[in-house]
Amino acid sequence: MNWLTQTLGSAIGKKLLMAITGLSFIGFLAAHLAGNLTIYGGKDAFNSYAEHLHALGPLLTVAELGLLTFALIHVLTGALLFYQNWRARPTRYAVDRSSGGRSIGSRTMPYTGVIILAFVIFHLINFSFVDKRHITIFELVASAFQNPLYVVAYVAAMVVVALHVSHGFWSLFQTLGANHPKYMPAITIIGLGLSLVFAIGFGFIPVYILFIA
Amino acid sequence: MTKTINITLKIWRQKGPEAKGRLETANAANISTDMSFLEMLDVVNEKLTVDGKEPIAFESDCREGICGSCGCVVNGEAHGPEKGTSLCQLHMRHFNDGDTIVIEPWRARAFPIIKDLIVDRAALDDLIRAGGYISVNTGSAPDANTLPVPQRDAELAFDAAACIGCGACIAACPNASAMLFVGAKVSHMALLPQGRPEAAKRALSMVGKMDDLAFGNCSNHKECEAVCPKEISITNIARLNREYIKAGFGSAEK
Repeated sequence: MNWLTQTLGSAIGKKLLMAITGLSFIGFLAAHLAGNLTIYGGKDAFNSYAEHLHALGPLLTVAELGLLTFALIHVLTGALLFYQNWRARPTRYAVDRSSGGRSIGSRTMPYTGVIILAFVIFHLINFSFVDKRHITIFELVASAFQNPLYVVAYVAAMVVVALHVSHGFWSLFQTLGANHPKYMPAITIIGLGLSLVFAIGFGFIPVYILFIA
Repeated sequence: MTKTINITLKIWRQKGPEAKGRLETANAANISTDMSFLEMLDVVNEKLTVDGKEPIAFESDCREGICGSCGCVVNGEAHGPEKGTSLCQLHMRHFNDGDTIVIEPWRARAFPIIKDLIVDRAALDDLIRAGGYISVNTGSAPDANTLPVPQRDAELAFDAAACIGCGACIAACPNASAMLFVGAKVSHMALLPQGRPEAAKRALSMVGKMDDLAFGNCSNHKECEAVCPKEISITNIARLNREYIKAGFGSAEK
């Protein structure tokens, strides 16, 4: 095996792959949220944001392919880690109690991950893989969120994303070796802050459209 | 006056490595709250022996919290409910009259059960052989202070070196990962000048061995740090990650 696959295939290498792809997704979420917030500027602001984004043309395609590659790496590595970790303890404990380390986020990581994957596919089918020649993106979004079931599904998905980020953010810095007495407290707080920002920032949009807009 | 309590134990009994084990109930009557957990098991074993039954096999040696021999999962927690305490230093005053205590062995694929509560921790020795050492020429001792070590580094190295190799970190890890153990060993030596020459080789070799031995992967649950009787910090895992990144991508070692 060559040194690169050997390094990336080890216990730490796989975690590095999770950390780097995870950090990229947090960057993506931040950019996506910033774009989505234009919806509070009204129909025209939101449509104009979408037009400007699509005006990037090939750059956007490259970014999408990059995200897809990262998603494949994150999901496949995550699945492998889940399988190996499950296999590392063939007999479970009769009593399994936390001594105070685990958090709701950390213990649900694989499950929230699967839900997020399902949500991303659902979300892409809703808003990305649709014929947009005769409809603006605002109309598409506004009509989807007239259905309370969609609103509930989207809000719930954002809570799941927040849980995933609540553990993922500080954890990725730990994996990258960036656990420093001066910075770790701030990293932990920023991680929790980001979870809240994502949950409220994304989660309020469907509610806003259903009840206010 | 010494207080005594009566407790019910549910203990994992398993005749041998291949035998099927199960939780069996035993009573521990008139247990002084001044006893340690292992002394309580001694009392139970004396009764079992007198009754002509097989005593419970468990491991212990120094019984003063420094050898790393003892350890069981008590009510779902490695070394029981007290922080920074090995099982031999856990006292019965932390339990109440009438309590039911479930006692299980360390559980990990890398730690096969030998009998009852005793597991084979040879995997930890394999990890040490993979890189938990420094190579020095024997001969006359070097002069003191020829290798200056900053006080802070010496303290951090010593904190990592406090690891007694009990295996609680692996037992408590939801993934049965050995990252805190390896992190402590790698940190202990990487922080000192004597450990630097082999640092890259050590990090690669110990992590490779950890994978070969079928330990799980770290998910940063922090359970290891919470149960460690020597309270070894997960900052040692971060240091292991740094050492591994440096070794994997920056050194010529393969």
